[in-house]
Parts: sequence; structure tokens; C-alpha cells
Amino acid sequence: MKWTRRDLLKGLGGLPILGAVWWAGAASAAYKRNERSEVLNQLGISPSLPPSVPNIDGEPVRVGIIGFGIRGEQLCRSLGFATKEWYDEMKIEMEENPDNKAVEDFERQEKLNVKLVGVCDIFDVRAERALNSFNTLENKIKRYSTYQEMIHSGDVDAIVIATPDHWHAPMAIEALKNNVHVYVEKPMTHTLAETYELQTAAEESEAVFAVGHQHRQTLSFKTAKDIIEKGTLGHVSLIQTNTNRNDDNGAWNYDIHEKASAQTIDWQQFLGTAPKVPFNKNHFFRWRKWWAYGSGLSGDLLTHDYDRLNCVLNMGIPDSVVASGGVYTHNDGRNVPDVLQVNMEFPRFSTGSSQVKGKEQGMTFCYSATLGNGFNRPTILMGHDATMELGNKLTVWPDGSSTRYAPMLEEGKIYPHTPIYQYNPAANVPDAISSATSQYFADKGLMWTYIDGVRVDSTFLHMREWLSAIKNGTNVSCGIQEGFDEAITAHMAGLSWKLGRKIEWDHEKGELVRIEGINFDEVLLAGEWKIESRELEKV
Amino acid sequence: MKTTNENGVKISITLLRIFVGWHFLYEGVIKLYNPEWTSSGYLASSQGPLKPLFALLTQPGIIDWVDMLNITALLLVGITFTLGVFERKGAIVGIGLLALYYLAHPSFPWLPQMNVEGSYWFVNKNLIELIACLVIYNFPTGHFFGLNYFIKRKPSKVKSYEMD
Ligand SMILES: NC(=O)c1ccc[n+]([C@@H]2O[C@H](COP(=O)([O-])OP(=O)(O)OC[C@H]3O[C@@H](n4cnc5c(N)ncnc54)[C@H](O)[C@@H]3O)[C@@H](O)[C@H]2O)c1
Repeated sequence: MKWTRRDLLKGLGGLPILGAVWWAGAASAAYKRNERSEVLNQLGISPSLPPSVPNIDGEPVRVGIIGFGIRGEQLCRSLGFATKEWYDEMKIEMEENPDNKAVEDFERQEKLNVKLVGVCDIFDVRAERALNSFNTLENKIKRYSTYQEMIHSGDVDAIVIATPDHWHAPMAIEALKNNVHVYVEKPMTHTLAETYELQTAAEESEAVFAVGHQHRQTLSFKTAKDIIEKGTLGHVSLIQTNTNRNDDNGAWNYDIHEKASAQTIDWQQFLGTAPKVPFNKNHFFRWRKWWAYGSGLSGDLLTHDYDRLNCVLNMGIPDSVVASGGVYTHNDGRNVPDVLQVNMEFPRFSTGSSQVKGKEQGMTFCYSATLGNGFNRPTILMGHDATMELGNKLTVWPDGSSTRYAPMLEEGKIYPHTPIYQYNPAANVPDAISSATSQYFADKGLMWTYIDGVRVDSTFLHMREWLSAIKNGTNVSCGIQEGFDEAITAHMAGLSWKLGRKIEWDHEKGELVRIEGINFDEVLLAGEWKIESRELEKV
Repeated sequence: MKTTNENGVKISITLLRIFVGWHFLYEGVIKLYNPEWTSSGYLASSQGPLKPLFALLTQPGIIDWVDMLNITALLLVGITFTLGVFERKGAIVGIGLLALYYLAHPSFPWLPQMNVEGSYWFVNKNLIELIACLVIYNFPTGHFFGLNYFIKRKPSKVKSYEMD
């Protein structure tokens, strides 16, 4: 009984092949893992953990909602209240797209310790919609015809303000003066004067004040903060954020409700301090297109991008702002620009430097927007050592000429076109994002964040944080200071566009550098300022 | 077959078997040693008629099993093919696995092709490798080169040669 060498070769020849392939696979996997952990150790980045919030115990907070439009409905859902109409809409959506998890997400959402006790909306259809769904035997909801009535009723502890921009400050100030807690939507204010008034009111009030920049709850942004603080990017000299939209909704041409009329809408209350124009449905539903009520790109969308980065970098108000643009894509009677480029200068700001002291300082933050093209341009932070793409995912690429990474680049451990760090808390969650626009919002952290791989509505987290501040005295992430920065920056951008000149901030005095003969707030509110000022020059 | 170059056919198919086995084995080992690997993305981005089924597999709890089965199947095909033993059973597993890969991202002209290099019209490399497994199933070569050699040949016979 003996095998010849030939037998053994024919019988066992596969073994060395098996061994070699196995070894090669195992070795290559181990090599890659080591390389990665070496790079990661060097970077020392720790992905952020979800915030721990103390329980919101005791008597439920009695909340009133002012403005039950598009945003008001969303905010109520975050508080745990969805309308019947929304359920119906979602049913249709789910038939079209079975992956749509909106209802499931909503029903899984933690129940907050709140009671919705009042609604104030000056459009009957919307106020009734809230009553129709939320007014139950256990939970009585009252409709208030003015915000003052609601604030002075003594029946609400806290209000949520989701009205057009020109109403934010007057309502918030009234509430704060009466120690009623406030959650106000962005932009915080509509004029400079209001911004200071609201600041004083918030500082003097015992009530908690929060601005509705829910993206502050996005886990990836907190991780981004850690990445930058660790010097991973080196000195960031340029930030680019963008708005790219190309549809009616994106250009604020929202539907006009068939029941809208002078009988169903309290027009005088809508106008408030705005110029007294006759009843106009277009103005009522599409108010973002006129400076009298909104502030177009600078107030509506730049504020999101600015605060997103202020939350990561904490860079404050820019020293100066220059803006340009025009009404180029939707010449439909609007007076706010639909294409806007804003350059914000921070000459004294630095994220740290890997080079000789004093060589690097200063940063430009460039916001670039068009409502006439939807090509996705991501948010990019450009540092001497690395580039970061900031979204719900984070990606960091080393720069080929980095000082910090020069040794690792030379040894071939990292490459300029291969990310050295990627953070994707959603890796195992297949999403059903249906449209380009919702992807745009999701990337800006405006829709959800991921906690332990589960999708969580960021507005829910933001409101929970506000409620915890009310009940437990914890902090809010977007309070008056952050809101002040946001509002001033947005107003600087609007002013610069309107005046066609550079607007400067005096950090010492805490005010805009004055320009002879110009009343900034008058300019901000004026509809046709650009044209008027040009005509003035001619004279 | 008898009339053609029988040895040539045997050698070619043996080579085919070893190379396909090599490929499966390497894919399996790489995944085995990379704890972060998951088929979730591949399945979640699935196209074509079985899309809902593949989406189901990506659910938490299920996906871990899917990943483990996938690695096991890859290694099984790899080992049976390289060693030349139980290769027909291996070929069946290989055909099943490749059919699933193909169905998750079929090269149908009306479907979007995700993460694909090259251009395909119905037939793609997964399908070709599947046919290779079919050939291996029908022409086992383990008794010619592989552990099956020992099972087929009785050493007693060898012994008698040696006595000559
Ligand atoms: N944080 C975010 O992601 C986000 C998203 C969308 C909107 N917003 C903000 O929310 C606010 C509301 O936007 P929207 O899209 O819901 O607008 P909208 O026009 O759909 O809703 C505004 C509602 O306020 C009501 N209203 C107007 N004046 C009122 C008054 N004096 N008293 C009571 N109710 C009054 C209107 O009847 C309307 O129902 C805006 O400031 C916007 O910037 C924020």
C-alpha cells in the first residue's frame, strides 16, 4: 500500500493552491486593517454618541402652536401629533413607494411629555385642520384668534412659532416678556432692530428660548466638530456651501389653497407691520418671495447653511459680507433674488495650523445658490491638510501637499484621492428618499440623523432638547447667542445684495459699521431698493 | 469526447475548475477576515423583478445570517473546486449563489446598471461563471487532479505497478 509521487501530486496538488489563496486573502485583509487602524489611530477621531437627555418628567408642558402651515404641521408631528390628512397622504405615498417609512418612523418616535393645548392660525382651514385631528375628549385644544390671546391666556407654558419670518420676533418677544417659553423657526428675525430687541427680551426672561435649527442634532456634525478640533483638516481657508434646486416647490411657488379667500384669512393679521396691500393669495402662500414678509435665499436657506457651520466651527459673525445675484430664473413678480452668491469673510479665524506659526489665518465662507439647477454640489471644507465633505455622511480626503500627512503620503500609506476617514451612521439602513429635493434636505441634516443605525427625526430631537431645558434646566444648542449670529449674518447678506456693497460688522461695538445716509432696516424691508438706489446714482 | 483530444479537455476543465475555485475562495476569505464587510449595500441597491425579496434580506437580524451564508457558500465552492472533492455538490452551490448574484443585479437593458464596469446585454460575468460551474458539474475532474483521485484509485493497484 503505497502512493507514488505522481499519485500524491495528482491527488493533493490542490492543497498548496488552497493554502496559497487562503494565506493571500487573510494577509491582504489583515494588511488593510492594520493600515487603516494606523491611520485612524493617528487621526484619533471619535464618532459622536447620541446625546443623553434626562427624562422630561412631571406635569406635561402645555404647548401652543402659532402658525399651522407646512412647518407647523411638521413641528407638531415631531411633538407627537399627526393630522388625519397626513395619514391619508402617507397612505397614497406608501402605495407608490412601499419603502416609505414615514408612518413607521412617526409611530416609533418616543412620546414626549407634552400636551398640545392651543392653536393660532389666521387661515380658518389650517386652524380647523389642527382642531379636527388633535381635539379629543382627553385632550381639549383651543383655537386662539390672535397670538396675544394665546400668550396671555395663562393656559400655555410654551409656544412654537412657525409663522412667516416678519412675525417671528414680535411673537417671540411678547411671549418672553410674559415668561412663556419659545421655540421659534429660523430665520430668528426679519430686521436688525428686532434682533437686538429679541436678544434683550431673551436675556431678561425666565423662559427658555430656542431657535429651530434642528440640524444641530445631526450626529455627523458633532463628529465633524471633533474631526476639525483634532486638526485633521489643518487650516481651513475656504468653505463652500450651496443651494441647488430646480422645481416650483424649491422656488417657493407653493400651492394656493382653493378655500383661501378674504373670508377665510385674517389678512390684516397676516400683514402686521408689512405694507398695507390689498388681500393677495400669492403673497399669503408664497410670502418667501417678498422682502416684506420673508427674505428669500439669505433668510430662508443661507441661514441653514450658516448655522450648520457655526455649529461645527463656532466662527461667529463674519467681519464682512459681499453678495451678488439677481432674479434670473423665476421672473414672476418676486423681489428677492433667486440666484445669490454670498462671500463671508473671517480674516481672524483659524481651525489650527500644521505649518509655521503665523503663515495661515483667515477663512472665506462662500454660499452659492441657484433656484434654476438641481445638480448636487456638496458642502466642502477645504483645509491645508485635508478636505471634508459634510453631510449626513462625512468623508475626509488628505491633501496631496499636506504638511501633516507628508510622511504617510510618502510611505504610500494614504493617497490624496482615497478618503482617510468616512463616517456613515446610516450604512446599514437602506433609505427610501424619493426625490432629489428630499436628498438635499437630508444631506443638510434637516430631516433626520441616525442613532445606532436607526433613523431619528432631527426636529424631534431638537424639540426634546428644548422641552428638557424647560423641565430640567439643561442647555439648548441653538439659543439666543446662536440665533443672534444667524440673524445678523443673514441680514448682512441681504443688505449687501440690495445695496451692492460690502457690509461690515464691528465686533467691538456689536453692530454693523454704519454707511452715511442709509437706514439698514429700511433697506432690508424695501421691495424695490435695488432699482431705487440705482436711480439715485443717476441723479 | 473519445475521438477528440481527451487529455486536452481534461486539462482545460481542470484548469477552469481550479481558477473558478480560486476566485470563490479568495472572495470568501477576504470577506471572512473583514468583520465590517456586509452584502447589505449590494442587496439594498438590487434591481429587477426580485427587488422586494432582496430588500427583505437587508433587514437587521436577517442580514447577519445572509452574510454568513454567503461567506460559507463562497468558501465551500472554493474549497471543493481547488481540492477536487465533492465538486459536483460545490458546483450546485456555486450555480445557486451566482444565480442570486445575477438576479440581484440582472443585466437587463431596461434596468439601471449600478457599479458595473464594462457593458453587458443580458449576459454578464456572473452568468458566464455560472455556466462554468455547469461545465464543472457535468465534467468532474477531481479524480484526474484532486482528492478524488485517491477515492477512485485503489492503492492496491498502484502497489502492483511498483512490483513490476
Ligand atoms: N427648520 C426648518 O427646516 C424649516 C422648514 C420649513 C419652514 N421653516 C420656517 O417655518 C416658518 C413657516 O414656514 P411655512 O413653510 O410653514 O409657511 P406657511 O406659509 O406654510 O405657514 C405659515 C402659517 O402661519 C400662519 N400665519 C401667518 N401670520 C400669522 C399670524 N399673525 N398669526 C397666526 N398665524 C399666522 C399662516 O396662516 C400659515 O398657516 C418660516 O419661518 C420658515 O422659515 C423652517
